[in-house]
This record gives sequence, C-alpha cells and structure tokens, in this order.
Amino acid sequence: MSPMTEPAYVRWTLIGLALVFLAAFLFVPVAAVFVYALEKGLWFYWRALGDPMARASIRLTLLTAAIAVPLNTVFGVAAAWAVTRFDFRGKSVLVTLIDLPFSVSPVISGMIFVFLFGAQGFLGPWLAGHGLRVLFAVPGIVLATTFVTFPFVARELIPLMQSQGMDEEEAAYVLGAGGLQMFFRVSLPKIKWGLFYGVILCNARAMGEFGAVSVVSGHIRGLTNTIPLHVEILYNEYNFTAAFALASLLTLLALLTLAAKCVIDRRSRAEAS
Amino acid sequence: MSIEVKNLTKSFGAFKAVDDVSFRVETGSLTALLGPSGSGKSTLLRIIAGLEVPDSGEILLTGEETTSRTARERNVGFVFQHYALFKHMTVWENIAFGLQVRRAPSVEVERRVKELVDLILLAGLEHRYPSQLSGGQRQRVALARALAPHPRVLLLDEPFGALDAKVREELRRWIRRLHDQTRVTTVFVTHDQHEALEIAGQVLVMNKGRIVQAGTPLDIFDRPATPFVAEFVGESNRVEAPVTEPGVACWGPIRFAVDGAAAGETVRVFFRPHDVRVGNSPEDGRVEALIRWTRFRGPLMELGMDLGGGREIVAQVPKGVAQAGGLVEGRRVFVDVAAYHVFPSPGTPTDAAHYGVADMDI
Repeated sequence: MSPMTEPAYVRWTLIGLALVFLAAFLFVPVAAVFVYALEKGLWFYWRALGDPMARASIRLTLLTAAIAVPLNTVFGVAAAWAVTRFDFRGKSVLVTLIDLPFSVSPVISGMIFVFLFGAQGFLGPWLAGHGLRVLFAVPGIVLATTFVTFPFVARELIPLMQSQGMDEEEAAYVLGAGGLQMFFRVSLPKIKWGLFYGVILCNARAMGEFGAVSVVSGHIRGLTNTIPLHVEILYNEYNFTAAFALASLLTLLALLTLAAKCVIDRRSRAEAS
Repeated sequence: MSIEVKNLTKSFGAFKAVDDVSFRVETGSLTALLGPSGSGKSTLLRIIAGLEVPDSGEILLTGEETTSRTARERNVGFVFQHYALFKHMTVWENIAFGLQVRRAPSVEVERRVKELVDLILLAGLEHRYPSQLSGGQRQRVALARALAPHPRVLLLDEPFGALDAKVREELRRWIRRLHDQTRVTTVFVTHDQHEALEIAGQVLVMNKGRIVQAGTPLDIFDRPATPFVAEFVGESNRVEAPVTEPGVACWGPIRFAVDGAAAGETVRVFFRPHDVRVGNSPEDGRVEALIRWTRFRGPLMELGMDLGGGREIVAQVPKGVAQAGGLVEGRRVFVDVAAYHVFPSPGTPTDAAHYGVADMDI
C-alpha cells in the first residue's frame, strides 16, 4: 500500500457512498422507466409505440434532429475553426455568445421565438402575410431545437483544437495542400472523435429537448408534438404505461449515447498512445 | 537552387522580428541561421517558406520572385522543430502526402516513398504510426516527408531541438552526409553554435532581427564582426581595458595591442578561454595568476584565474596538460593571452567597428 492510499475503511465508505448515490439517482430511475413501460407486457408496449400519435411524435423528433444536428455540426466546426485559428476583434464576445443557449433557460429560449414569430411578434405579421407559419408549426420546433443545441459541437471542439495547435496544418500547407485537402485529410481526422462526441451529445439533446420546444409547439397532437411533449401529454392523461413506453425510447437513446462515448474514449486513447 | 532575400522586414505589433534582412544562399549550400531565441531566425525561415507574410521585402528562389506565391508554388521543404508529423497517418502516408496532394501518379508515389524510406534507414517501419517511433526516427520521417516532392530548397527549423544530446549529434552528422548526397540547398535554424559550426558551410548570425555576420564557420569563430558575435559564438572572456598610451590598452598587468584607439578611451577585449596560455615559468613576460578553482569539462580542464585586484579570467587547457603541469587549485602560474579581439566600448559612435585582431601580445 503506498503512503498516499487512504485506510481501507475510508476507501470502502467512499466507494459505498458513490455506489448508493449512483443507484438512487441513476440506476433506479432508468430501470423504473423500463419496468413501467413493460408493466402491461410486450404487446401493450408495442401497441403504445405503434399508436399513430406516438408515431407522429417519433417522426417529428427524427425530422427535427435531422435538420438541427447537421446545421449545428457545420456551425460548430466553423465556429471552433474561427475561434482557434484566427485572431479577430470580438472573438471573446463570439465565444460567450456560443454559450448563450446554455446559460439561458430553455423556456426563455422558446419565448424568444414567440416574441419573434408570434402573431404580435416582430416578424409574425410579415410571415403571416406571406402564408408562412413558424410558431406552433414544424419550423418553429426546428428553430427552437437548433437554438438550444447550438453550443454542443463548438464547445466540444474549441478546447480540443486549442490544445492540438496548428502544426500539422502548417506542415500540410507547406507540402502544397489546398484548403479542402488540408481540412479533409489533416484537420478533420485530428478532431474526428471530438466532433463525433459533440454530434452525439447534440443529437441526444435535440431529441430530448422539452422546454423551448414546449413553448413554440402549441401541442397539436399528431402535428407539433415531439416525443418529450407527447410523453407529457400521455402522462397528464394518466396513461402511464404508454408514457413510459415512449419515454423508454429516449432513455435508450441516452444509454446508446453513453455507450458511444465509452467507445470513442477508448478509440481516441488508443490512437493517442 | 539559390535563395535570395532582399530587405525583408516583419513586425508583430511593436516588435520587429525581422529588420531589413538581406542575404544570398547559393545553390547546393548548407547554411545555418544562428542566433539566440527571439532573434528572428525562425520568423525569417517561416517567411521564406510562405508561412508568414513579410511587411516588406522580397524573396527570390532561383532568381524568381516568390514573395506573393503560395507554398505549393514555392515548392519548399520545411521541417518543424516538433516534427509536426500527421499523427493519424503512417510513416508511408506521411511521406506520400506532399506527392498525393499534387496528384502525382500512384506508381511514382510508391517509388518515391520507397526511395525515401530507404534513405532515412526506416525500411520495414513504413506502416508504423509516429507515436510508435523514437524522436530521432520521427525527425527523419519529417525530413523524408519534406524531401518527397523534390523541393527547390529545404528549410529546417531547430531540427534537433527536441532531441537528447546523443541523438542530436548522430542526426546532425547524418544530415550533413545526406546533404552531401542530395545537394538540396538547405537552410537550418539553430540556437546551438556547435550545431551551426559543425555542419554548415555558411553561417548567418542573427541578433534582434538583423544579420550581424555572415561567413564560414571558421570566419565567425576566429573573426567575430561584433561584440555580440564574439560573446554568442564560442565562449569568451570579456574585459574592459583603458587605453593608457597610443596603441596599448591595459587590463591590470595584461597589455593588449589596439590600433586606432585614442588614449583615454576604454575598449572591450574578448578572448577565448583556450587562447589563454598557462605555464609554470614567467617566460616572455607572462603575468602571474592564482588558480582559484578548476572545473572538469571532459577533454578540457577549465581554470578560474585570479590576476589580483579583483580581476578574474577563465582558461581552458587540455586535461592531460593540466594534469602534467600540476594545474590545481591554489597553484601560482603564469599566463598570457594568445589571441584576442578588441572592440570600442558601448556608447562610442564606432560601436560596431573592429579595432583589429591580434594573434600574440601581452
């Protein structure tokens, strides 16, 4: 035993505490979701997911993520690139702005879009005049989700790219690589695991976002309900099993995200050594 | 392919990194840019490579203006201090990169990479990643990568800086041999004078963004043009000596011949520790000194000499001579200075001028 190691009883107490905490706050709730979801059997579980309203909410969630995640991936790479590779005025302001969606409550984020696109809002009357519906429609949900998940990719990449520096890019440049060759052959492979993780987190949040989407959605069944919103509706109607069945999908997504993170960690560590 | 640099200037904010630098490097030469850190040597190299844009001035490669050209058009090979190898690529892929981005046919890429892997003595390790190589191996891969697209000139930025002493020495001799084989015009930046003097055919000494002396290693060592060069290249004793009579400056008991200095002026005299001759008898008017301390420096023994009146100088004698002569601490000996360089004191208008080199005097 090294002199820095604590006595056995201290170690076991600490480990025990951590395990109890984990069990109480993570394992039990996660397990509970699946237990309740499957309470009435697999058949009921399957029917709950196959319900047209539930299927519509799943489709909308997938659509929203399919738009918001690529947008924020491109934005995140571009922002991280600008922040780490160039010096310009207002750089620190930009970094702070990237974090804004994290520091603002999602409900407030949703309200921003209501103020912008609502009937009494800034752009609302103009949009209505052109027959465009943003609020209480799919575009509003996509916009709100994009806003809320804005920082994930950039946040993941900025510290990574700062620590990596530009040496390899300079080497590629001197060797005659053009901008695109440099990006796809040197820069992207360098950041791929960080980028992948950022995208996964962004996706998890895009699918799970409740607050902001709730404000702009209008809760129109079959049309503007994402999975989290539909879960709430089912729950409020005392349809617990169906609510948990749908919720289990998001829980599964969370578990997959965790698994992906583990794989990424292992792969990137293997490559670094 | 020659490199010609004309009136190159580059500032970072208020700091002048490169200040009106001009020089010419001939085809096939091996040139060292030697200077302390912050002297602008790396910046100069990066400007030649196209990694920095100069504020003003011109760069001509093979007589052709290239200041506004992109790196690809310049076709310059560059080796970075910390290798900057592509970590996610194998040795083979690293070396092939410069050829592939120029869309060289794959047969040609295959052939050239093989040739270079043999040249850097890494055959069999083509499929290793940089993280699986030693520092010296990495630096050789970096060199091969730079050489692959047949660059017009090869630029090396502190190429041995990150290696330990033994590997450094091997690698710099290897680079010298490689240059003899390939004859690619090469410029390397270093702050290590031994490196510069040992392998370069021409040395450019830089200080504060300017080139203060250009010449062969022997020139730089034996005939430093400024006090800075005298102090920076090689070890030196420096003393301030008043000119007591026309043509003679005295520092305690030691007399130095100075041409052109007026009586009453003070001059700075530099001399190498190995140019201090130490003996046991007062021949030829040598002056008496006391050995205060000795320091073992491998083949040399370094002696701290007290000339009285608070005057101390350092001498170096071969270890065998020191042992045979009984040159130990506390011993009284007789010394003179075989060769020295005299410069005016700072503040005088002729600061940089040289009062001449003397080979023998007391």
